[in-house]
Amino acid sequence: MILDIQRFLQSAKPIWKELGELLDYLEQDPDPQWDLNQTEKFYRLYQQTSAHLSEVRHLTAERELRGYLEQLVARSYARIYVRRAEKNRARWWQWFTAAFPAAVRRHSMALALSVGLFLLGCVFGAAALKIDPSSKTALLPFGHGQTSPTARVKKEMEDRGKRISQARGRFSAQLMTHNTQVAFFTLGLGMTFGLGTIILLFYNGVILGAVAVDYVSDGQAVFLMGWILPHGSVEIPAILLAGQAGLVLGHALIGWGNRLPRRLRLRAVLPDLVTMAGGVALLLVWAGIIESFFSQYHEPVVPYALKIAFGVVELCALALFLARGGANEGAV
Amino acid sequence: MKALYNQPKLELQTPEGMEFSLPLAGPVSRLLALWIDLAVVMVAGAMIQRALGVLAAVSADAAQGLMTVMYFVVSLLYGILCEWLWQGQTVGKRMMGIRVMDRDGLPIHVSQIVVRNLLRPVDMLPMFYLVGGMVALASRYGQRVGDKAANTVVVYSRQVEPPDWQKLLAGKFNSMLEHPHLAARLRQRVSPELAGVALDALVRRDQLDDGARVELFRELAERLRQMVEFPAEAVEALSDEQYVRNTVEILYRSR
Repeated sequence: MILDIQRFLQSAKPIWKELGELLDYLEQDPDPQWDLNQTEKFYRLYQQTSAHLSEVRHLTAERELRGYLEQLVARSYARIYVRRAEKNRARWWQWFTAAFPAAVRRHSMALALSVGLFLLGCVFGAAALKIDPSSKTALLPFGHGQTSPTARVKKEMEDRGKRISQARGRFSAQLMTHNTQVAFFTLGLGMTFGLGTIILLFYNGVILGAVAVDYVSDGQAVFLMGWILPHGSVEIPAILLAGQAGLVLGHALIGWGNRLPRRLRLRAVLPDLVTMAGGVALLLVWAGIIESFFSQYHEPVVPYALKIAFGVVELCALALFLARGGANEGAV
Repeated sequence: MKALYNQPKLELQTPEGMEFSLPLAGPVSRLLALWIDLAVVMVAGAMIQRALGVLAAVSADAAQGLMTVMYFVVSLLYGILCEWLWQGQTVGKRMMGIRVMDRDGLPIHVSQIVVRNLLRPVDMLPMFYLVGGMVALASRYGQRVGDKAANTVVVYSRQVEPPDWQKLLAGKFNSMLEHPHLAARLRQRVSPELAGVALDALVRRDQLDDGARVELFRELAERLRQMVEFPAEAVEALSDEQYVRNTVEILYRSR
């Protein structure tokens, strides 16, 4: 077909102009209160312009016109086929108390694997230090490898929390931001087909296992529990949940047992990943506050029994929250 | 000069079967946008530090702690909030005229925004976005790791202005139609086969490389010129390709 471009432009220009104006309006207000007639008009203009694009597609000399029409069609398409967010958005509180635990439960296999890898790391770290005590400096970070647990306990008892009380705010902030970065990084490494996440989970387990053996061997098991449990009962599960999210991401990439294309598999898990990441971040804020303002105070300032009991209660509450949260609201 | 980087396009098809494409943002635009965004975050950090200077007088520890948290929150939430509020754009992306979109050409969903920003630290490995840059350069759609996870692409978002209609029409004036008796003679003399070849050459013009195209239109124009001689003032300014185009219009145009 040889197009009479003059006649074509004469009839089509008003349609393109009107569609362009509607698109400008829609891009300012993505959710306009349009009635059926307005919506139908928009869709009709889009269809007409699509047809015009089809007509000029073979007019090689009309690159400029084609580009203009392609953009009109692309902008219309993005407005017509947009995936709208659900209108009944959960409230923040409801999101944390119901959607977050429900998302965790939906991927219980990944959580089990995350816990398993961490425990395996613990066993490895404990065994490594037991078999070769000289590996302590290599295994333990943050200067723990340079001193004996008994010496540290003595120092903490003499200090009576004075050192930390001068920098609680800064210490708490550093813990929160550092732990959140580690957690998100653990999640993000799911993009290495889960391999990076597996390594980080295992490595964190190795550190905890080695620290535990170091303190228990030195007769400081009670101090260790009093030190770790108040914040660790939330911080460690938070890292495990981040690992779970990373494994979910890795699984979506690999696609075992799922024949959908990769991008659809990834798209399916995105909302849960976001929910889990948000939940983990909140847990780590809590853990950061507890670690700075409570965990670092030892006897005689705070009795170990109280700290251990606090940690156990937290752990039980967290387990109950993740197991039951939102179950009655149909969020599972 | 031949460009080192050929701008790829994201080819899409609407459910109605219409094909269109979106120009994908190039690495330079994205890098500049990133630098601008880093500068914005740094300026925001400096402003927070200034604002917290008052608090430091009361408690230096609280001020430093708050500064650490605020800077972290700003650097994390800056990209998320901007892309959410500005439909896939940050300050840097706005300035560079680029936008994050769904891989299917649709506006991005909030979960996609969060995931592509959360995965930024992976893209930054081991330093200076090396992983992200390498992955994006190797990717068909220029996707960094975060884009691949979130199923997003970065495209140019500058609005294409309507073409200059007068210019568009001016080029379409067919001087040969000013001589209807010669046009009629041309219709009589050109065989259907030759007319088909000329039409085909125009339709497939973009599939030919430059040299072959020039040669093909030269030969076609030469044959067509021999069939009917138009006055010099009607054809002297026409290129070979335009001569063939005008002829095809005469042959196929409904009278």
